[in-house]
Amino acid sequence: MDESAHTRTEPGTFLLAIGTKKGLWLATSVDRRNWSLSDPHFLMNEIPSIGIDTRGGRTRILVGVRSEHWGPTVAHSDDLGQTWIEPEQGAIRFGADDGAALSRVWQIQPDSVGQPDVVWAGCEPISVWKSTDGGEHFELNRGLWEHPHRPDWGAGYGGAAAHSIAVSAEDPDTVHVAMSTGGVYRSTDGGSTWQPRNTGISAYFLPDPSPEFGQCVHKIARDAGTSGRLYAQNHHGVYRTDDNGDTWMSIADGLPSDFGFVMLAHPRRGGTAWVIPLKADGERIPPDGDLAVHRSDDAGETWTRLDKGLPHGEYNAVLRDAAAVDTAEPVGVYFGTRGGEVYASDDEGAAFTEIASHLPDVLCVRVAVLP
Amino acid sequence: MTPATSGLDPPDIEVILPRALTAEADGQRRLRVSCDRAVTVRHLLAEIATRYPLLGRRLLDETGQLRRFVNLYVDGEDVRRSSGLETPIGLGQQVQIIQSVAGG
Repeated sequence: MDESAHTRTEPGTFLLAIGTKKGLWLATSVDRRNWSLSDPHFLMNEIPSIGIDTRGGRTRILVGVRSEHWGPTVAHSDDLGQTWIEPEQGAIRFGADDGAALSRVWQIQPDSVGQPDVVWAGCEPISVWKSTDGGEHFELNRGLWEHPHRPDWGAGYGGAAAHSIAVSAEDPDTVHVAMSTGGVYRSTDGGSTWQPRNTGISAYFLPDPSPEFGQCVHKIARDAGTSGRLYAQNHHGVYRTDDNGDTWMSIADGLPSDFGFVMLAHPRRGGTAWVIPLKADGERIPPDGDLAVHRSDDAGETWTRLDKGLPHGEYNAVLRDAAAVDTAEPVGVYFGTRGGEVYASDDEGAAFTEIASHLPDVLCVRVAVLP
Repeated sequence: MTPATSGLDPPDIEVILPRALTAEADGQRRLRVSCDRAVTVRHLLAEIATRYPLLGRRLLDETGQLRRFVNLYVDGEDVRRSSGLETPIGLGQQVQIIQSVAGG
């Protein structure tokens, strides 16, 4: 790792953005093995969400920033972090009549290539926002904000937030949102209306373990190669749906634990997904202190343990957005721990290399290939 | 009520910002707000937010509440121990904004 080196800008460069509890670091590499790490941006500010938008040949980095003192905001950079722009009135801001204040931006998700200026955001309090100007200004999604289930949604340990937004490249009107706690909701009309889609997902912590909603989903990911298929890592439970969320089935067999936060899907190939199990709700560490990624190439029917290059005796968790995949061939897999280590694989997880260490708690990792 | 950046006449209200927020006020550490009558903290902050929107967002959330770890003193008195945002500020008084000792 070449620390404090300049950020590379050549087309084809891999850009890895690492959001931590105390700032943002940008790492660049041309070969995914040798990385240059920037100095910190937004030092002493939490960076819980990052979106790297390379659609249209332009690279825009969007970050959710949160200061313990001065509150949350969204900033973006069109020059790979040389300068940051923060809209004066705030990119995400509740209205005077909403009776709410933004607490944290948990998710920044550019839409598909076919919706080039659309960017989604998931926030705390539980809310979904949509931008049609590349993330400079967002509108509150009223369909979800005014949903009749809202009074019954709860807060996970980290807060009450919409933390996952899965858009569909084949149908721009279909969007899945996951919230803690509330479960998975789906819209098939572009976000005007939302229906809970949790059949088959257990909420073991409730008196009725199979409610219509109220599940504690930790992360969802859409299978880009199989229509209607998504994966979900829950608060105990790993699931797959093949019918856009109408029904879910367990795919936890073969994993050392069904607890964890990460869920990743291959950007093109159907059936390939990654999870990073933790031991249990009450013991949020890698099982036996052995950090490992697990990959399935058959949509969760079987899992392969991947731990080459990863440490033994690791007792830090990997959070829900602290992992990402790139779009190269073979796909690169990246994740960071709450202990501040960041690992990268250029072969779909077969082997990992530590590319940063001793950073603050890693909250979010996103990667892109510069156009 | 008009924020001014120079010329502290007795009726003005002086606002001292924490160093961390000077960038949001064009690099100034001290702001002077001209008033022709006593105002409340809420009015003062609204005036500051009009002139410096980013600064306003750092101090107040969308519901108009002072952020949890932002402390505001009028002539040395914590407004949370007084009437909060409705605390009156007399002409010539000094307002100091200090962030809490918080975080880890």
